[in-house]
Amino acid sequence: MASMRDIKRRKGSIQSTQQITKAMKLVSTVKLQKAKQRAEKSKNYFRCMYETVVSMLAKAGNINHPYLHPGNSEKKGIIVITSNRGLAGGYNSNIVKLITQGSFRKEDVVVYAIGKKGRDALLRYGYSVREDYSDIVEEPLYSDAMEVSKKVLDDFANGEIGEIYLAYTGFKNTVVHEPTLLKLLPVDLGAAEGEASGDAQENRAPMNFEPEDDRALDMIIPKYVTSLIFGGLVESVASENGARMQAMDSATSNAEEMIDHLTLMYNRARQGSITQELTEIIAGANAISM
Amino acid sequence: MADERNFRLEVITPERVFYEGDVNMVEFNTTEGEIGIYKGHVPMTVIINPGVLTISEADRARNAALHAGFVEILQDKVTVLAEIVEWPEEIDKARAEAAKARAEERLRTKTPETDIMRAETALQRAIARINVLS
Repeated sequence: MASMRDIKRRKGSIQSTQQITKAMKLVSTVKLQKAKQRAEKSKNYFRCMYETVVSMLAKAGNINHPYLHPGNSEKKGIIVITSNRGLAGGYNSNIVKLITQGSFRKEDVVVYAIGKKGRDALLRYGYSVREDYSDIVEEPLYSDAMEVSKKVLDDFANGEIGEIYLAYTGFKNTVVHEPTLLKLLPVDLGAAEGEASGDAQENRAPMNFEPEDDRALDMIIPKYVTSLIFGGLVESVASENGARMQAMDSATSNAEEMIDHLTLMYNRARQGSITQELTEIIAGANAISM
Repeated sequence: MADERNFRLEVITPERVFYEGDVNMVEFNTTEGEIGIYKGHVPMTVIINPGVLTISEADRARNAALHAGFVEILQDKVTVLAEIVEWPEEIDKARAEAAKARAEERLRTKTPETDIMRAETALQRAIARINVLS
């Protein structure tokens, strides 16, 4: 059995770890509240953006536009949103798994990393990382998303990548986060039509475009991509903090359990040593009085 | 009581809901020129050029600087999906004027490397900001 001193030392070390996890939990709870508010505020924008683009495409008919067809390149660009820091449970590894276990061929994937953890993990697996925007995860701004989408769209237009995907963690609520892989370009016309058809039936007059369809798409699709990237960022940040809060919460309660166990062991050892001392004293006294 | 001629206007940005309410008329600048919209407009989607957004409520008109985005116009509802939009009190006049001077300078001394599109947009934005304030 471990000595009393060993047990005490171990208990002390677990206690200080518990203090740290507790503090981290509190910090991420506060951050989560903020991130959640942001995510909710911006949700409107994405819903409207999505609906508008879907209804546009549904009504636009069969326009032959570069953004609606895959490029010539086999390469697939994936924008990967993860966090810069660890200790967030499965948050980062779930996103990485989405890519490594997905149907992508490793050679075909070009990664645009947002977040150090995902970047490093994918580099370790041997993926090629083309761009790194890890600085923007902490406090995502719309202008940051514009920068990323501009780069990605340029590569798409130059034929360096043929498809664009976005890997992010969707924020359902505080405890449920879904790693999601979303196809940004070419816009999935089939899915768009499916969603829009219900809407279109009760529809009023047909939509007009000004300027005409082609040029309108030219301008709206980049905004659509930007807004999806920004939405992914905002949701991912909220999920990150939610995941960290959960991870730290369970770490804290695990530490609690271990401390309880060690306290019990310590008390037993203490009692044992007292009993032993008593036995020794009594035995000694008996020896003298005899 | 609600006015018959009013329609619903929503101005939404990625960061917040900028404006939401029943309005009489709304005016803004598009790629095809400035337009004003009343209730019952033909459904249309237009792209925004930097300019002044004027929202006419029942008893007053409010101005804002609207820089980028697009607008979905339906018969009884107008949704402005704006990337950047500002109320007058959020604009720094000195900065807008400096930006205007800078953009003009760039257009005047243009070299082959100058991104003319960008300079022009910057100029339009600065002008829109200054117009909202005056």
